[in-house]
Order: sequence, then C-alpha cells, then structure tokens
Amino acid sequence: MQRALVIDPGKCTGCKQCELACSYEKEGVFNPAKSRIRVFDFHQNARFVPYTCTQCDEAWCQQACPTNAITTDAFGVKNVNDSLCVGCKVCTIACPFGTVNYNATTGKVIKCDMCGGDPACAKACPTDAIVYTDVEQAGYDKMAAWAKRTDAGAQAN
Amino acid sequence: MHHVIIGAGPAGVTAAETIRKHRGGDRITLLGDEDAPPYSRMAIPYYLEGDIAETGTYLRAAAGHYDDLGIDLRQARVGSLDAGAKILKLDGGDELAFDRLLIATGASPIRPPIEGLDLAGVQTCWTLADAREIAKRAEPGASVVLVGAGFIGSIILQALVAKGVQLTVVEMGDRMVPRMLDEAAGTMLKRWCEAKGVRVLTGTTVKAIAKPEAAKPAAPQPEPGFFARLFGQRPPEPTAPPAPVDETLKVTLDNGETMAAKLVVIAAGVRPNIGFLQASGLELGAGVSVDDHLRASAPDIYAAGDVAEARDLSSGQFDVLAIQPVAVEHGHIAALNMAGNPTPHRGSLNMNVLDTIGLVSSSFGSWMGIEGGDRGQLLDEAGWRYLRLEFDGDRLIGGQAVGLTEHVGMMRGLIQTGLRLGAWKDRLVKAPERLTEAYVATAQGIK
Amino acid sequence: MAWTRQILRVNLTNGTCTPESLNMDWADKYLGQRGLASRYLVEEVDPKVDPLGPDNKIIFATGPLTGTCASTGGRYSVITKGPLTGAIACSNSGGYWGAELKFAGWDMIIFEGKSANPVYLSVIDDKATLHDASDLVGKSVWETDAAIKSAHQDPMMHVSTIGVAGENAVLYACIVNDLHRAAGRSGVGAVMGSKNLKAVAVRGTGGVAVNDPVTFLAATAAGKKTLAENAVTGEGLPTYGTQVLMNVINEAGALPTRNSRDIQFEGAHDISAEAMAEPSGKDGKPNLLANQGCFACTIACGRISKINEEHYTVVNKPEYWHASGGLEYEAAWALGAATGVKDLDALTYANFICNEQGIDPISFGSTVGAAMELYEEGVINNEITGGLELKFGSAEALTTAVELTGKAEGFGRELGQGSARLCAKYGRPELSQTVKGQEFPAYDPRGIQGMGLTYATSNRGACHLRSYTVASEILGIPEKTDPLATDGKAGLVKAFQDATAAVDSSGLCLFTTFAWTLEDIAPQVDAACEGNWSPDSLLECGERIWNLERQFNNQAGFTAADDKLPERLMKDAAKTGPAEGLVSGLDKMLPEYYELRGWTNEGVPTNETLSRLGL
Repeated sequence: MQRALVIDPGKCTGCKQCELACSYEKEGVFNPAKSRIRVFDFHQNARFVPYTCTQCDEAWCQQACPTNAITTDAFGVKNVNDSLCVGCKVCTIACPFGTVNYNATTGKVIKCDMCGGDPACAKACPTDAIVYTDVEQAGYDKMAAWAKRTDAGAQAN
Repeated sequence: MHHVIIGAGPAGVTAAETIRKHRGGDRITLLGDEDAPPYSRMAIPYYLEGDIAETGTYLRAAAGHYDDLGIDLRQARVGSLDAGAKILKLDGGDELAFDRLLIATGASPIRPPIEGLDLAGVQTCWTLADAREIAKRAEPGASVVLVGAGFIGSIILQALVAKGVQLTVVEMGDRMVPRMLDEAAGTMLKRWCEAKGVRVLTGTTVKAIAKPEAAKPAAPQPEPGFFARLFGQRPPEPTAPPAPVDETLKVTLDNGETMAAKLVVIAAGVRPNIGFLQASGLELGAGVSVDDHLRASAPDIYAAGDVAEARDLSSGQFDVLAIQPVAVEHGHIAALNMAGNPTPHRGSLNMNVLDTIGLVSSSFGSWMGIEGGDRGQLLDEAGWRYLRLEFDGDRLIGGQAVGLTEHVGMMRGLIQTGLRLGAWKDRLVKAPERLTEAYVATAQGIK
Repeated sequence: MAWTRQILRVNLTNGTCTPESLNMDWADKYLGQRGLASRYLVEEVDPKVDPLGPDNKIIFATGPLTGTCASTGGRYSVITKGPLTGAIACSNSGGYWGAELKFAGWDMIIFEGKSANPVYLSVIDDKATLHDASDLVGKSVWETDAAIKSAHQDPMMHVSTIGVAGENAVLYACIVNDLHRAAGRSGVGAVMGSKNLKAVAVRGTGGVAVNDPVTFLAATAAGKKTLAENAVTGEGLPTYGTQVLMNVINEAGALPTRNSRDIQFEGAHDISAEAMAEPSGKDGKPNLLANQGCFACTIACGRISKINEEHYTVVNKPEYWHASGGLEYEAAWALGAATGVKDLDALTYANFICNEQGIDPISFGSTVGAAMELYEEGVINNEITGGLELKFGSAEALTTAVELTGKAEGFGRELGQGSARLCAKYGRPELSQTVKGQEFPAYDPRGIQGMGLTYATSNRGACHLRSYTVASEILGIPEKTDPLATDGKAGLVKAFQDATAAVDSSGLCLFTTFAWTLEDIAPQVDAACEGNWSPDSLLECGERIWNLERQFNNQAGFTAADDKLPERLMKDAAKTGPAEGLVSGLDKMLPEYYELRGWTNEGVPTNETLSRLGL
C-alpha cells in the first residue's frame, strides 16, 4: 500500500513546526528557507496551507531529469540521488507544482523524500493538519487530478 | 512487431522504455550514432567543469539497463528512409526493416558563416566528443572566445568560467539568451557575467578565425585523433621549435578588433537532423512535420524531440522545441501511440533554465507576452532579481525569472493548466513576487 | 549555538549599521531577550534619560530558543526606557518576526540616537540597510507592512513597525509585527517614533543550530507532549484563546468593570470566547474564524476574527471585511468591561484599529474607562471632548475614540497620554487605574489578591505578565491558592516574577507555563545552549534580571512610594461576587515581599543581595 502525506489546511495554525522539523531532518539546523514543506499564510482569509511534493505517479521531475537522478522507491516516493544529480535544475522548471527546488549551497536539487517513510513534518504537526497515511484518500485524489491537468499527453489509459 | 527508434537521446530512450512497458513481447531496436552509451547533452557542461565523469552524463546509470529491458541498442547511422517499404538504409550498407519507426535524431550545431571554422581549436559544443576536445584546451588562464550566448552558449559559459579560462563571449543579438529572456533579463545576465570577469560583446559577430603566420604548429599531442586532424590541415614544420598550443588562433570581429585565443567555441544554435529524410517523401518543415499524435506524414512513422515539429502549447502552432523536457514528453507520448494506446499530444511548453555563474534564470511559454495581455514585472537590479509574468485575461501564459529559484515550476503549472487566477491576477500584475501565493491560493480556492 | 552571537548596532544619528559580537559573559548570566537586552540597556543608557530623547536606546532582542523547534520558540522583546512609565520597559511579542531575525543571523538589534528624517531598517540576512521612510509617514501598520514588502518585492519579509500612534507619541503606542502581534505595553512604539524609526523589516534564510541536537529534540518533544495533554494549553487556549478567561474571571468577581467601579460585568458573556464562536452576521459565520499559532507554537491561542459586515463600524468600509487578529482576553476586557461596552463587533473593530494604528488596547481601553468616569462625573464635558459623548457602555464613543487616539486628533490627543496624565490634568488622579503610570489589566486585585502585589511591584508598571498569579489563584497552576487571601502571596509573586523573567529571556512564550514549570523548560534551554542551565540556575537568572530592572528604576527615581495601587482598590470595597466587601491587602504583602527579595524597607536591593546575584 502506498502511503502519502495528506494535508488538511483547515487544521493548520501556521506554526511552521513542519518547516522546522523538515529543515532539521534534512539540513541539521532549523531553517525554514531550506524546508521541503512550506506553510502559506493567507491571513485575510484565515487560512494556512502547508504545501509540499505530492509524489505524483508519472513524475515530471523524474521524467525530465537528464541523468536519471530521481528514482522511485517501493512506496512511490521520488528521491533525488545526490551522486547522480548534476544540478542542471531542469526538474525545477519541469515540476508543475514547484516542489523541487535548487539548493545553491550544495549545487543539487532538493525535494520531499518522505524522510524514508517516517516524515518528520507529520510527526511534528501538532494539529494533524499533516498526516502520513494510505493514499486512498480524497486529498490525494484531488492532487492527482490536478496533476493530470498538467500532462502534455491526455493519456487514454 | 518491430519498433525501431533512430536516435538514442532522451526522446529515443524514453520512447524505448515506454514501448517496453506497454508491449512486453515486441522487438525494440534503438539506434545511436555516437560512441558512448545514451547520454544527456544537458549534463555536458558539468562534465566539462569536471563535476562529473563521463559516466555521470549517461541517461541511465545502471549497467545492462537496455539489455535488461530487451532493448537492442546499436551504434549505427541511418543513411536514408524508405517510408513506403518501411526500410532504413544504414551507413555501411545494411538495411533495417521496421513495423513502427520513431525518428528521434535530434539536432546538430549550426555552423555559422565564419572563415576558419575548420581550424584546430575551433570547436562546437554538442557531443561528448566535442566536450572532450574543449576540456583539453580550456585550461586555467587560457584565452577562450565563445561565439554565441544563446541557451547552449550560456550553459557552456558557466563551465568555461568554472575552468578558470579568460573568457570573451561574442553574441550577435543585442543581449544574452535573446530567445529565452527579454532585454531586461538578458542585460542583467550580461552585467552579472561582466561583474564575474567575463567580457561580453553583444551586437557583435566574429568575421574570421585564422592561424597567424607567425604561429607555430602545436606540440605533438598524445591523442592521435587530434594530432591527425591537425596534421591534415596544416603540415607541421619539423624544423621549427615546438610552440605552445595556446593563443594560436586570431579571432577577428566585425568591428575590426582582433584577439588571440587558444580555443574558440561555436554555439550558434542547432537545427534538426533531417538531412537523411530529404528523399523519404515525409513532409518536412523546420523539422519532421507531425500531427497531434506525433505521427509523421507516412503510416507508422513518428517523430519526437529536437527533430519534431510538433505543437507548441503556447502558440498552438507547430514548431521545433529543442529542449530536454519536451524531448522526454514527446518520446513518452509517441511511444504510447506506437504501442497502440492512442494518446493525443496537447502541445508542449517551451521552458528553459540556465545557471550563469551562479545566477539562475528560467523562462516559460509565451514569456514575451501577447497583444492585449497584461504584465507583471519585478526588476531588482541591485538584488539581481527579475520576474516577468504575462497574462491572457486572467490566465498566466508566460513567465521568466532571474535570481529566483524557489517554486519556479509553479509557472509551468499555471501556464499548462490554464488555471484562472481571478482576483489574484491583478495582484500579480502589481506584485509578481506573490506568484507562489497566487498559485497555492488558486489551487486551494482561496480568493 | 542557539545564540547567533551577532548583534547589530544601528546608530540612527549617523545612519550606520555595525555588527558586533554578542557579549557571551552576559549571555551566560542573562540568557537572552529580556535579560540580556536589559543588561545592555543598563550598561549603555542613563536611567534618568528622557525616554523620548535621542539618548534613550531601543533594543529588539531574541532569546536563544527563538527560531528553534521548541514549542513557542519564536518570541522577541523590545527593551527601552518606557515613556508611559519612565521605568524600564520590556514588551514581548510573538508572530514570526523574532525567528526571522535569528534566521538572518542576529540575536538582537540595538538602535541608538535619532534619525534626522524618517527611516526604516531592512535586515536581509547579513545585509542591514537604513532606508528613507518619508513615504511611510502617516501609514498604518497594515499599510506599512504591505508597502515595505512591495518596495523590496519580497512577500516573505516580516515587518515590525509602528502605526501612526507611535509617530504621534501616543504614550502607549506599541510595535506591531506580522500585522497583529505586538510588543504592546509601556509605549515602546512611541520611543521608536521619537527616533524617526518607522519599521524594521527582516528576511533570513540561514539556520539556527543548537548545542546538543539529540537531547534538544527529545526535550522539546517531551515539552510539546506536556502542552498537548494539559487542559489549558492543550484544550482551553486552542479552542477559546485567552478569552477562555472572560466568564471565569467574571464569575470569580475579579473583572474590573467601568474603571473598576464594579468588579463584575453584566455583559461579560456578550464579549466572551463563547460569544465569539456563535454565528453572527449575514453569512452565518461566527466572529472567530480560526486560531493561529505564532512561530513554532503548538498551543495556537491566537484568534483570527472577522467583523460582521453589516455592523455600523464597517458597513461602509469594505477594507475591514477581511479576517485579522481578533480579541484576546486583555483586549476584550479593556475595550469592553473597562468601558462597559458589550458590543462584540465594536470591540473587534476597536481591536483592529489598535493593531492597525499601533495602540496598546489595555492602556487605551482603561484610559477610555477613566475618561468615561470623568465625563459621567461632569469633570469633562462635550466642550472638552469635542462632542464625544463618553458614556459608559457607549460603543460609538469607544470606536470613535480609538480612531481619534492613534491619529492624535481632537480629544484623542488627551486619551493618547494615558489615564494617569488625563486624570491628573483634570484634577482627579485617584480615578486613574494605573501603577507607575501604566494601566493595569483584566484582573481586579480585590478579587485576586496576588495580582495587587504583582501590579504594585512590576518593574514596567502595572502588568499581569510579570507574575501571573492568576494561574495559581484561579486556575490552580501549579497549585491552588485562595485568591481572596494575602498569606503566602509575597513568596508566590516573587517566585512567579523570577521564573517569568527567565522564560521571557529564553525565546519561549509565558503561556507555556500553564503546563510547564522550570523543570520542563530547563532541559530545553540546557540542550540548546552552552553552559549548564538547571531550574535553579534559571530561577537565579530570573532573580538577577528582576533586580537589575529594579536598580534601573531606582536610579531613574522610583522609590517604594511608587509600589502602590490606585486608591480605589485600597479603599472601595468590591460590591459583588466572592470578593464582596474586600479591598486589596497590598499593605500586608509588600513588606514581606521586600524582605523575601532581600531589599530594604525602601525597596532597594541590599548590597548582599546584589553581590549574591553578581550585580
């Protein structure tokens, strides 16, 4: 069973614990600017929206990578292999969600890798706005539908 | 069924893999004419810089990848196509029959009308072989002239600077990357390069490249191929003392200025490899004309990648989009059609990303905008940031960014989905830097 | 670690920005934020300085845990000599600004001198720049926030700014960051205004590291669990916000009402958390739309509210139809109970204007309450108020007054000087509900005796956030004490004051202490920082800070005579509720408190005390 991060913005309070947990897990320091998940603040609408990679099935980042540096693990997660990534950034423009980003410090790209199956953001979220759960969820379907709209080919199957 | 794919670049490799995924028992032949396993040109600059070994440019890292998938990868060059008989004639005389064919022969560098292009030390930068030659001459401190500051030129520029050469860039257009960035952005890039010690001459062309009379032939090189080539052009004078290989070329510009260079790199653009199709009967334009299923004008023949004149999502017209992501997209969709899964190609989005000595720029779709559309523009000269968004009504149709790398893919998302931005569009016209907010809000239904 | 060890000194007179190394000897003794910045202030500013003169300094300081994943680790404080009180001022704020300053690589910013022209400071990572702010003069907090983000074309910036109140030297002007989080009390915003400093905008992309990450993650995780499982921090505050207290305090008979004439408010329910959650307005939505957490806060007591679009205050002003920071308990009390107004939308509107113009709603509401009493007593009339009918219970009077005060227009100019100056001016100083010139907040010392001593001895003038004995006396945290008794309160106040000073110096929010004791906090601080931080050393650090502040005030001219409460609390017995018949027992508590503090009868720390604390 594939598992995914399911995000419910209605529960988010904008505390950014997810950004802190993510940046600590990935960078060893607390640094929201390097977090793979980001919380958007629409204060006038009383809404906070955590936002990260959807690990889409036919991943644009993966297809666009010229060096095969983005691989899919057993859980469907797309991982960047730093030893293969040359830092060309094609994936950063190919991803229609904007969730693969270039890290100038390392010269590689970074994206959510679900922390190897134990996402730090979900663990850190105090309100269950981010949960790690089975993909058979409305939220994931919604994201997948959105992802389809970006496809250059309207695949029949 | 036998699928033959000509061209082992990203389009060809993606197509071969996709066909295999859907047609387990079919025979697949993948033809490449270079001496290396399928590799990515996008990775060449990083090879040039020495960041990666040659193997790091390979499209698929795993040894035996093609064998494992039952893809017959062969080094061969196609001389001609008989579309009616479904037969390819290979250089060397062999013939290869196919049931379905994908033309993914890519493109080749344009050789501009400059005197002396065949001299040793004058080099295009397109193949791994080219890169090897450039790497030999681009030693720290060597004078290098780069002809062309288009997308490919600018990518090589980064690699050459990283190698520590004394670099002069000569660009015919009025700015850098004129086909990817507008004047403000292209000028910012030029200013950036100059600040990093690169001489950038825009609105300038190279008239001639010559080997000055006084110059002596190069010292013997360890590589026989290189030496042989040199020898063939200019017989060595055995009595003369060995001269250093550097500064042996004299480059003359259209403004009369001359300069010495050890290496001249030609990056004047590319054009589709369709020469072998002239007698095939296939309809050809700038590339191989295809329909909305990437089918060429003869049955069972498809085209993909740099060679295909396929639909451009932004303009709705058929055009050649010679970029890696489009090659992959084409390869994928063409292969689905070849495999019997009818899949229309809605059109691909032109987009590019460039790292110029640390200043990253990108552009998407109709970045130049359309008549009657609105525009949002952020220009921060001091902060090396630029963002320009172009709208058709309340839809984003194009964008370009300099110095901004966070979430830039959202531009693609908005353009390609045609998502209506509603009230956010006016906000973006005033403050384009709110792009990421606008994207998330629109996707979330936040007005 | 935890500290960035870099501070930024901005000389507004010369227009220079200079980085300096943090004094780590002081950091070891004063931790950060309130304590550490107070140490710098004491070192650099003559206590007798004119608070609004160029020789005063104003310090924006973070704590070592600011910018970390410790729950609520996003606080900063503004430390200066306060113009409302003439005492040391330290106002604490949440939101995201403090953490952003750390990510930019700075522990604190010291502003000195006075700029000849209006300026604002931008701090973008290691680059600090003063910019001309003449275009921002007269702009509200909200407009300034948008204008600066737009000027820098960076929506990710966080802006801490004054509104027009700070420019107009409203003596209780606050500094507002992230639109509605404020360093609220003692008029720190007026000090900023006096220096021609409009705003400080920060953007940081660096990281904050801690000394012992593994231990730190474990300690902070344990802390978060404790907060989540606690009834107040895990349920009460997230659901109701601080407004959970409105009905509770009213029932306890400790809700100062109509300038403390009464001690219970008949309209308490109408302005309570429960009322905020009830559907209102044509869209059927309640006043409260969401709760917000400040940076790293797992409690999320913040209220995001919306005014009913048909309410008279905004019916013709669609620019106020969006959500923004809603009523917290103190604001709801001051704008409501203290003035007798029970119109929730009017209170929300007044609160929005306070945020927008940079006004402390506690001092403002209490001052309006005092003005209403002056008006009803006939001391002031329409001629003086410019036609403003300041009757208790009048929502229109409240919402008009708030508009006038920030702009310093009409009678608003007098309201902006605070209750003490207003009542003194009209010959009725006893009507001012203030200590050391600062209005006291939402707890009546007749009904909660410990708060009387808290107000009287608070180093920044009357304040609940210097020793929140309400926790013990009403909520039973950490243990229940009798709110009507004075026995043992001196010790309780001292312990709360010292612990609070330490928490205020750490980067954490005081609200964590509904669930946490120093036993929970010390492991987090200890893992983050070099040095050994135990509950005892934190308490000692807090006591050191308290005495440091006290010394500053004593040198500024304060004496034991200033440790007093308004006459009404000492003479007029509570009329209703559990405290009926009681006045404050401050006289019984104060001598004991001095003794426990190691101070003389005159409220001066003895040499022995000072040397024990290394002062």
